Amino acid sequence: MSKVRFGVIVFPGSNCDRDCYYVLKDLLQVKVDYIWHQEEKPKGFDCLILPGGFSYGDYLRCGAIARFSPVMEFVQDFAEQGGLVLGICNGFQILLECGLLPGAMLRNQGLKFVCQFIYVRVDNNQIPFTGAAQPGQVLQLPVKHNEGNYYVEEETLKEMKRRGQIVLRYSTKEGVVTREANPNGALDNIAGICNERKNVFGLMPHPENSSEPILGSQDGLLIFKSMLQYMEDGEFRYGGGEEFRYEEGREDDLDA
Amino acid sequence: MKRVLVYVTPKKGILDPAGQATQRALQSLGYHEVEEVKIGKYIQLTIQDNNFSESSIKEMCSRLLANPVIEDYHYEVSDV
Repeated sequence: MSKVRFGVIVFPGSNCDRDCYYVLKDLLQVKVDYIWHQEEKPKGFDCLILPGGFSYGDYLRCGAIARFSPVMEFVQDFAEQGGLVLGICNGFQILLECGLLPGAMLRNQGLKFVCQFIYVRVDNNQIPFTGAAQPGQVLQLPVKHNEGNYYVEEETLKEMKRRGQIVLRYSTKEGVVTREANPNGALDNIAGICNERKNVFGLMPHPENSSEPILGSQDGLLIFKSMLQYMEDGEFRYGGGEEFRYEEGREDDLDA
Repeated sequence: MKRVLVYVTPKKGILDPAGQATQRALQSLGYHEVEEVKIGKYIQLTIQDNNFSESSIKEMCSRLLANPVIEDYHYEVSDV
């Protein structure tokens, strides 16, 4: 059994914590434990997951209150030391609110809660969370959220593109980034981003709800497998392709 | 006692889909004079006079009540 130990953080109102736990324990058969949000110094974890749900009822703004939970200081320290932190949906929103990731979430453009399968294209497979993906691979994952309309100011977006921080973008099944493929109005069809150091990753779609065939897709497993591979190798194993390079003036599918 | 009324509004240039939908609804009711609708939040704080500090109000707003990436805030203080 792998020595890697995952921690799934449980906030009041988390509801995908058990799904993450199940994928890691039963499907990937790795060590995993819950971490209650009141814990200040949990010990012995290699990767942390902030799961989806409605922490603190989404009051005020999604993730705004959870971000001040006692455990979050530990999460910040853990990330600063280079530990892997994955935020899914509400977990992503918490990472935005606490500043580990840049930007913020607005309400979905269509004013509706979206609950459907979507496709995302892996725009950077050179990070620990997508290392098992081929460059440009398309994943079928479900989304279920009301505030997934990603926003960041223009200057920061430019920097993020240049550094390869835009990891997943809503696309067609064929991997073309179009307005029609965007379920929530997110800027530049952004579905997942990482920090500059590439050890903190947030995404709106739910890989834990698409990790076995009975759920309609097992593409989500790739995210967890990538993390595990990265941790077990002790060094980065690339999924293939060249190192990420931002091409100045690259034509965006959206504008094409 | 002091009463602090905090108004949190979407920043200029930030998409406000709820505001846009409401504007369209007003227009369909015949109120064509409405050029723009912005929807924000109104938060009311009550604080003892001897504990009141303007700097901590600002801190509360920027740390928790508003998200400076997408929202602006202003507040009014009155005696109650």
